[in-house]
Amino acid sequence: MVPLSYYLVLSGILFACGVCGFLIKRNIITIFMSIELMLNGVNLSFVAFAAHWHQLAGQVFVFFVMVVAAAEAAVGLAIIISVYRTRETLNVDQVNLLKL
Amino acid sequence: MLSIHLILFLAFGAVAAAGAINLLVQRHPINAALSLIAVMAALAGEYLLLGAEFVAAVQVIVYAGAIMVLFVFVIMLLNAGVEEQTKGSRVAILFGVPGMLLGSLLIAWVVLKHSGTGDVAIGALPGAPKVIGNLLFHEFLLPFEITSILILIAIMGAVVLASKPTIPSGGPAQKVQD
Repeated sequence: MVPLSYYLVLSGILFACGVCGFLIKRNIITIFMSIELMLNGVNLSFVAFAAHWHQLAGQVFVFFVMVVAAAEAAVGLAIIISVYRTRETLNVDQVNLLKL
Repeated sequence: MLSIHLILFLAFGAVAAAGAINLLVQRHPINAALSLIAVMAALAGEYLLLGAEFVAAVQVIVYAGAIMVLFVFVIMLLNAGVEEQTKGSRVAILFGVPGMLLGSLLIAWVVLKHSGTGDVAIGALPGAPKVIGNLLFHEFLLPFEITSILILIAIMGAVVLASKPTIPSGGPAQKVQD
């Protein structure tokens, strides 16, 4: 038997690492991976709460989160490719102009 | 008293946390991507411990399989090298990391001591694909159909954004340039 709070703490650790990576990383691809890490942390707490309160809807929400993450990854990586095509860099500090 | 459930939880949790921290430490994006795949595989193990078989399978297939392959593909396509250091992030490390540690310790203490939640048994809620499918196609039919439209829009958007910009020959596009 594992207390529910252990799952919540693990999910919090993953989310905090995602936030930290989003803030300190300078490579746009790594920043994007940090967002995926945050989504994974949230998914874990969804499944843990679903098991704790015997509500299967929590697992369906995880499915929807994954669908949105897949759509976000497709569009985000396409944006990264087009940014790299125009700026020739992946460093977010050098992508600071709206118009070239 | 260490039960096998707790041992497995701690093992998978240690892999997930180590992978997440490794993502922060690594400077090369391909290493960060590989550690993120380790995190996702460990999380699939946690889902199996909670009895969510469908979610665990989808986690491995969609997340560790499809999405991360997309990431690795883009890293190789753009030939992403080692990340450059910037001076601005030094303040963040000086104040942000202790602040984050303090905040996370506070939240963990509150959750562990004052949440009032009970234990979760192993396989507490059977999340077999059949049950999930029933739920998905009856109660959540409308959100499910909306997500399919979302995926369609995302695919079209990705194709439009990633395709090479074509230079228009003649017509109103040239007037804009003048």
